[in-house]
Amino acid sequence: MAENISMTCAGGCAKVVLSGRLDALSAPALQEELKKLIGQNIEALVFYANDLEYISSAGLRVIIFAKQKISAEAKVYFIGGREAVVSVLKMSGLDTFMSIQPTYNG
Amino acid sequence: MLRIDAHPTHKYMGFDIRMGKPLPFGATLVPGGVNFSVYSSHARSCELVLFKKHEPRPYATIPFPDQFRIGNVFTMVVFDLDYENIEYGFRMEGPFDPREGHRFDGTKILMDPYAKSIGGRDVWGTDPDWSNPYPHRARVLLDDFDWEEDHPLEIPIEDLIIYELHVRGFTRHPSSAIRHPGTFAGIREKIPYLRELGINCVELMPIHEFDEFENSRISPTTGRRLMNYWGYSNVGFFAPKAGFAATGKFGMQADELKNLIKELHKNGIEIILDVVFNHTAEGNEQGPTISYRGIDNKTYYMLTPDGGYYNFTGCGNTLNCNNPIVRNMILDCLRYWAADYHVDGFRFDLASILGRDQNGAPMHSPPLLETLAFDPILGKCKLIAEAWDAGGLYQVGSFPSWGRWAEWNGKFRDDVRRFLKGDPGLAGAMAQRLQGSPDLYQWQKRGTRASINFVTAHDGFTMMDLVSYNEKHNEANGENNTDGANDNNSWNCGGEGPSADPEVNRLRLKQIKNAVTMLLVSQGTPMILAGDEMGRTQGGNNNAYCQDNETSWLDWRLLGENAELHAYVKGIIRFRRAHPALRSCHHFTSNVAPNGYPDISWHGTGAWACDWSSESRTLAFLLNGENVKGGTANDTFIYVAMNMHWEMHGFELPQLPQGLSWHVAANTDMPAPEDIFESGAEKRIGNPSEFLVGPRSIVVLVGR
Repeated sequence: MAENISMTCAGGCAKVVLSGRLDALSAPALQEELKKLIGQNIEALVFYANDLEYISSAGLRVIIFAKQKISAEAKVYFIGGREAVVSVLKMSGLDTFMSIQPTYNG
Repeated sequence: MLRIDAHPTHKYMGFDIRMGKPLPFGATLVPGGVNFSVYSSHARSCELVLFKKHEPRPYATIPFPDQFRIGNVFTMVVFDLDYENIEYGFRMEGPFDPREGHRFDGTKILMDPYAKSIGGRDVWGTDPDWSNPYPHRARVLLDDFDWEEDHPLEIPIEDLIIYELHVRGFTRHPSSAIRHPGTFAGIREKIPYLRELGINCVELMPIHEFDEFENSRISPTTGRRLMNYWGYSNVGFFAPKAGFAATGKFGMQADELKNLIKELHKNGIEIILDVVFNHTAEGNEQGPTISYRGIDNKTYYMLTPDGGYYNFTGCGNTLNCNNPIVRNMILDCLRYWAADYHVDGFRFDLASILGRDQNGAPMHSPPLLETLAFDPILGKCKLIAEAWDAGGLYQVGSFPSWGRWAEWNGKFRDDVRRFLKGDPGLAGAMAQRLQGSPDLYQWQKRGTRASINFVTAHDGFTMMDLVSYNEKHNEANGENNTDGANDNNSWNCGGEGPSADPEVNRLRLKQIKNAVTMLLVSQGTPMILAGDEMGRTQGGNNNAYCQDNETSWLDWRLLGENAELHAYVKGIIRFRRAHPALRSCHHFTSNVAPNGYPDISWHGTGAWACDWSSESRTLAFLLNGENVKGGTANDTFIYVAMNMHWEMHGFELPQLPQGLSWHVAANTDMPAPEDIFESGAEKRIGNPSEFLVGPRSIVVLVGR
């Protein structure tokens, strides 16, 4: 697993902690991690982004991949993102399918 | 399945490479690397130049080996590139012989003509580093997008109400009160406004990458910096303008624009792009070498016999549109925007140039226009021509169309403006304009779909200025007021510019209501200039192409100041949308329907008696609501009386069938709320045989 990603999965809830830069260099590793969730009856996918500094086009695509491939019913949360990161998500339209919120109580 | 060609065959200075594929042109992500492909029929050699993003100097230069060239195409795959963080260009060696049309310069770094993403002007108006050896930088684009269920809307063109807007100007003003002013994301925030207004199509002024610093200078009258604000000067045809995206600084302008289009479609709003294929930002021989000039000058530009640039555009050069290579590039480009961006249509700037041959002569059957008319991928796209050019070719009514092309109807604009200000003798011309200009389009059996009707557009006065100024006031453009059109057919209603006289202002409001009414009750497709619905002014500037300031930006406070006008425009848009009789795709035939009335009939102060004389300033028409839209719909009777005389006139009303009565839907002589009525709540009139139409006023009645 890449240094800036860590994932835990329990009770249908997958928690992914992101940090540093999520771009074309780091995105493939995250995608590989997320692939492990396919078929695992994931109900909630929670990205913790408090330490995420930057997200690029390739990074966004991994999140879209997660939504498309893991489960159509899974809820996707994006937690604690910095203003700069969150505004990129919103302007590129990802806010329409995931909940962007400061904290997660699940 | 694994490909057996996804591995390098050669090494150059530490880079793994192999021969690429010639198609598609440009930079394409392939397994393990990026495929680069660029055409030049006259270059002897080509190098790929790689930069780390934003770095002033290249970090690598990789020559295309001779054996990697196929025909006139240089092609190569470079493996293991950090594709999100590089910028690329080309250097080409070839002859420098301007008399023969060749202007190769091996020192210049050239942008890819097929670049899908272009950096260098990432944030609008940020001063560039003028010493940058490669100012407009091609980037590799991730062109996938999560479109979900989106699909172009394919609304019949006669049912569209087009709203022409400038991406930056629409929301840049602080009064727009949104998070991302002046951007694609900003338009998305205003979608609820557009829905409420009732339009169902936005036409964006150029959004291809351009250089806002082109010909930048200081205004002699205001001391402010003038810019290439409109952007009718392409740097690249395949890339959206980064400076129009809030995410441009992250290189995500394509995602932002696609997201805007998806949201517009979700809200029932189509999108048309204003495309500029007549010239590029390279100008004439004095201009910068950005791409085309250094890649294959002789192919991309129309050249005079001694190798100079033809200038049919007023912008220094003319793209060689009917050269087969350029033709294919334009086709590739439009297909890309239609397929990858889900765009619903295109408006072609100075489209008559697209019908000139390689020496500039107008062609009878221009291959480019024919190709576009019949292209399978563009098959449902709206194709709209600005059917003239700056070289004197004027083709309104005669643009080669193959039944597919619509035109900006310049005659509609001119006749409506003259009728509006009270010029006499226009009843005959107005009768044509109101029924979709059969005098212009019937001979080609093009129907009303050929006519894009407008009174104002980005070129020329705004609607408020049309009724506030007799003369243009372009001094701030720094060209001694010589730029911009002189034949505006405008009238200031009794005093030049802003007025404190309530009578003048009342008349101006009424004249705008009149103009909008004529536009919205005419057959054909109406186009509204953004802001006209709230009385936007440019202070009399009728050519604000360089004014990136309050002159051009929409001041949203006008919604409050001109609330009556805004409510009226919304109402008359709703009226059009409620009445299929106003949106026929065929010209009227005067055929009599089973109820005994012709599809359209002409009237005046006397019923069934129109004054067609050279002194006439009145005109009325009656639409029969039975079997409209080619027999597919039924509507009420609609009667429109136009009195552009400065005195009140009584209009004798045509008699309705037994049991029906006349109701007022709109009356521009009345103040709100008596000026416009909701469908179904129209006000029944007392005297069924005559209606007094006020001075310079229009009355719209429905018979039900």
